[in-house]
Amino acid sequence: MSLIAITEVKKRFGDNEVLKGISIDVAPGEVVAIIGKSGSGKSTLLRCINGLETIDEGSIVVAGAQFLPDEVHLKALRLKVGMIFQQFNLFPHLTAGGNVMLSQMVVKKTPKKDAEAVARKMLDRVGLAHKFDALPDELSGGQQQRVAIARALAMQPIALLCDEITSALDPELVAEVLAVVKELAAEGMTLVMVTHEMRFARDVCSRVVFMHQGRVHEIGAPEEVFANPRTPELRQFLGVQ
Amino acid sequence: MTEFSFWDILRNLLLAARWTVVLSLVSFIGGGIVGVALLFLRIGGRRGMRVLSRGYIQLFQGTPLLMQLFLAFFGLGLFGIDVPAWLAACVALILWTAAFLAEIWRGCVESIAKGQWEASASLGMGYLQQMRYVILPQALKVAVPPTVGFSVQVVKGTALTSIIGFVELSKAGSIVTNATFQPFTVYGLVALIYFALCWPLSKSSQRLERKLNVAHRNH
Ligand SMILES: Nc1ncnc2c1ncn2[C@@H]1O[C@H](COP(=O)(O)OP(=O)(O)O)[C@@H](O)[C@H]1O
Ligand SMILES: [Mg+2]
Repeated sequence: MSLIAITEVKKRFGDNEVLKGISIDVAPGEVVAIIGKSGSGKSTLLRCINGLETIDEGSIVVAGAQFLPDEVHLKALRLKVGMIFQQFNLFPHLTAGGNVMLSQMVVKKTPKKDAEAVARKMLDRVGLAHKFDALPDELSGGQQQRVAIARALAMQPIALLCDEITSALDPELVAEVLAVVKELAAEGMTLVMVTHEMRFARDVCSRVVFMHQGRVHEIGAPEEVFANPRTPELRQFLGVQ
Repeated sequence: MTEFSFWDILRNLLLAARWTVVLSLVSFIGGGIVGVALLFLRIGGRRGMRVLSRGYIQLFQGTPLLMQLFLAFFGLGLFGIDVPAWLAACVALILWTAAFLAEIWRGCVESIAKGQWEASASLGMGYLQQMRYVILPQALKVAVPPTVGFSVQVVKGTALTSIIGFVELSKAGSIVTNATFQPFTVYGLVALIYFALCWPLSKSSQRLERKLNVAHRNH
């Protein structure tokens, strides 16, 4: 059974149909890379899975629970899937530890002591145990993004959505973030990631989705998609003839 | 006719200045409380409430404070309600201050990056939780300098209440002038006292703003 079942999803912003009937099934433990040109709807798709945008048609089912746009269902959905953003979006008024503790205490009502223990564990998992008391301002971009990953992990999601999480980083900081993601993948976390890191997609992902103009244009195992692009659009995108 | 010494004049003005201070504090605190309520209606309430609070803000920002004072003082009198000058002054200033503070604070809340809303939503927080733990703590920091800065306008705004007969610093100035025939000395002192009240406020607003900018320079 698939963990995330996306069926015929359509999304419009006014007259602009951004998603034109997307269907993707993600199995538990799968790592799916979404690639495609800017404006092809990749972010919108992830945001729909997380309920940050409401869909106009189709359905999104996560772990058997249908997505419905009311407060109760949204919260349930968001507890199941975590999201990591390109701009990190750490809470600047809280320390790294505070960032990881906040939603546990506020949303799950975890006692402070337990939340702190989890936060320390999660920060350790991303290699930042020693930065527990640092403010986001005092961290490098790569470190901030790793804190954001720890923050999402602390809610014990069954899947993580990553939207170009290394695109805002200086080149030398990309590797440390990807290493964390790779480790998560190895531990069996289900990941859906929009990425421009083709090497990473090839090495780590179980499937690659190429989106073009709001549609799934090609989908398949990375070897296949990268070695034998079937459509001219994908060939052009990959820069091969 | 009794002679007024310089010190008599100053003493009388300072005594009246107490009422300027009290009126400013009441307006500011009362206006702050009403302003918070307006703010929440303006950004988070139902549609009807949003429209209503926006209308309120536009009404009070779009008419002179003097008219609001007249309406509070004479308007309620038309309904047979006898309003003392101090009450009309407080009510009008509170409502006027609330409109401006609500608008200042709305700008502060909206200056918080959209990503903060999205990140907190993606972690499962509801609207009030987002506000309470993520947005307001950041907005509050941004809000301090303009809020302190606006308090200067409140202090100066209290001068208008002299027109409906509330005896604060300005009114005391004209009363003392009538008794002493030394308008230049009297109004010079009045101006100095206002300055002594307002200058520290605007100075600290500037200083807070600079401090905040330094704290944010890494963004
Ligand atoms: N909130 C929005 N309102 C209107 N249009 C939007 C909004 N978000 C995205 N879009 C439009 O949807 C299209 C796809 O955007 P996006 O999903 O961000 O693409 P990608 O992530 O693949 O670059 C773009 O044309 C963009 O302008
Ligand atoms: Mg995008």
